[in-house]
Amino acid sequence: MRIELVKRPQQSRLFSALSPFIAFALTIAAGAILFAALGKNPATTLYYYFIDPLTELWSLHELAIKAAPLILIAVGLSVCFLSSNWNIGAEGQFIVGGIVGSMLPVLFPEMKFWFVLPLMLLMGMAGGALYAAIPAMLKVRFNTNEILTSLMLVYVAQLFLDWLVRGPWRNPAGMNFPGTVRFHEYAVLPEILPASGRAHWGFVFALVAALVVWFVLARTLKGFQVKVLGQSPRAGRFAGFSSGRMVMFAFLVSGALAGLAGISEVSGAVRHLNEKLSIGYGFTAIIVAFLGRLNPLGIVAAGLVLALTYLGGEAAQISVGLSDKVVRAFQGLILFFVLACDTLIHYRIRLVRPHAAAAGEASHV
Amino acid sequence: MFEAVVITIATAATPLLIAAMGELVVERSGVLNLGVEGMMIMGAVTGFAVAQTTGSPWLGVFAAIAMGAAFSLLFAFLTLTLVTNQVATGLALTLLGLGLSGMIGEAFIGLPGVKMGTLYIPWLTDLPYVGRLVFGQDPIFYISILLTAGVAWFLFYTKAGLTLRAVGDNHASAHALGIKVTAIRYLAVMFGGACAGLAGAFLALVYVPQWVEGMSAGRGWIALALVVFASWRPWRVLAGAYLFGAVSIGQLHAQALGWPIPSQLLSALPYLATIAVLVLISRNRRLTMVNTPACLGQPFVPDR
Repeated sequence: MRIELVKRPQQSRLFSALSPFIAFALTIAAGAILFAALGKNPATTLYYYFIDPLTELWSLHELAIKAAPLILIAVGLSVCFLSSNWNIGAEGQFIVGGIVGSMLPVLFPEMKFWFVLPLMLLMGMAGGALYAAIPAMLKVRFNTNEILTSLMLVYVAQLFLDWLVRGPWRNPAGMNFPGTVRFHEYAVLPEILPASGRAHWGFVFALVAALVVWFVLARTLKGFQVKVLGQSPRAGRFAGFSSGRMVMFAFLVSGALAGLAGISEVSGAVRHLNEKLSIGYGFTAIIVAFLGRLNPLGIVAAGLVLALTYLGGEAAQISVGLSDKVVRAFQGLILFFVLACDTLIHYRIRLVRPHAAAAGEASHV
Repeated sequence: MFEAVVITIATAATPLLIAAMGELVVERSGVLNLGVEGMMIMGAVTGFAVAQTTGSPWLGVFAAIAMGAAFSLLFAFLTLTLVTNQVATGLALTLLGLGLSGMIGEAFIGLPGVKMGTLYIPWLTDLPYVGRLVFGQDPIFYISILLTAGVAWFLFYTKAGLTLRAVGDNHASAHALGIKVTAIRYLAVMFGGACAGLAGAFLALVYVPQWVEGMSAGRGWIALALVVFASWRPWRVLAGAYLFGAVSIGQLHAQALGWPIPSQLLSALPYLATIAVLVLISRNRRLTMVNTPACLGQPFVPDR
């Protein structure tokens, strides 16, 4: 038995729409096997993973808090990945956005005006964008592999954050715990509906960013350039599109969005800067981007699904005693199935039996 | 003193060398596997777990090699049979490996590990200055040197090596000549996985004989950078690995000396050095163009 791919004359519309759902169903099946192998009842565990967090209002707020950075980062990554720029350092841009945005409340705590928060958000975006500009510039100027440089910068950003919150920015009244002072009220991103839960405006930013980027990609010349240069750099050059500028554009957009995610997380959810800011949202967002098929609107849905796995992981830990470490393995499985199912869009899959193939070849002679 | 420093450099360089040597063969066959970090950490957790439960470091090493190869098959099936995007699939392998290893390793956190012994040959190991360096290291160190020589010989002095390079440079022509492109790439990817698994076993059985989540700490990515740095040449990988070993050991010594430099800045040095080296190498476009396997990362679907 052998697997053979037959190229479809054109992309299958059916499977373009279906593949994320097939992938998700396969992940659920694999997850059930995984949970059973770990000695837990698969049905109960899946219930706690995917249904239980949706049954209460406060928990929906938590879902929005987790989804906001994932969607923001993944929307930016979609611009990068569609244009074949492999920015995998979003985690670093997220951290730097959080650091730069925190400068005002940490270094100038006496500045208490209404414009502090907007300024912080802008500074966070600028910080993330500038940090993303490093691998972009190295790629344009020296042809340096952006995958490796952007990833190395994640480790550098993590260490820099660690130094800041243990060293110069440490809260003197913080009992020696690493972390800055708590932000004053003008530096806190407000909650959307304080009556029912903690969800902050970061989630709204995520939805707006998804809509704007969707519009740019689907309806403007810039979006067309992104896709042409991504699929065929040669065709893009003939059309007069600059690939160097596209590299900068893609990295700056995704860096700015990752930076916005970083400062929103710091100012909305945590309300001070500490060393635990980096918990892998920048990497999980890669999964979100592909599960959303690099379409910003699909990414909103995918971001909610991946956010659900975080909450579900916590719920399953409390209710059935399943380790929270299972979450990341589970998230990794999703990406595998998504990529495998995307093959169905471009190819028909045929199972060939060896002797049947031999007979087929003989009949050609 | 000098000998001790060189030995610590060798210890830091060995996992990078082994993982990079595996990836070099993979990339020479035209496949870009970004999952080195994931395969390495899977090797580390498997090696630790097996050695810890059986008490035998060698069983741990073999299990880690087998796990690395098996885990890489997942990547091979997706990219070679289902022709998925190699960059994305490699990332997926790394993310899955980091997640799975954390899950498997949870039961082993804080347990004492099994450290692999070092070689001892009476008289030779006791030689002054070079005895311990040449005759007194752990077995995996010797494997890493033999591996480098073996890969260099295989790639440039055997027919099979020529075939592998042909597949990496022009898969369409190789296919037209009747070479089984996909089968060769499967083998290359599995070799890369086995090497990454061995590198992981070295981390968990020699370098730090205990299990720490995420203990590969970016070494798989540095190994990938080393392959580019070495412009796909085995002996240059060895030189690069020892250079990086020296940087990471140098920063550890600097931290121990208590210089008034933040330890985090020193810890960031290997990563910054990687970026600097990549920039220096890629500036020279001609050098990289000549040596890069021409089909690197490109999908191949045989026409029939």
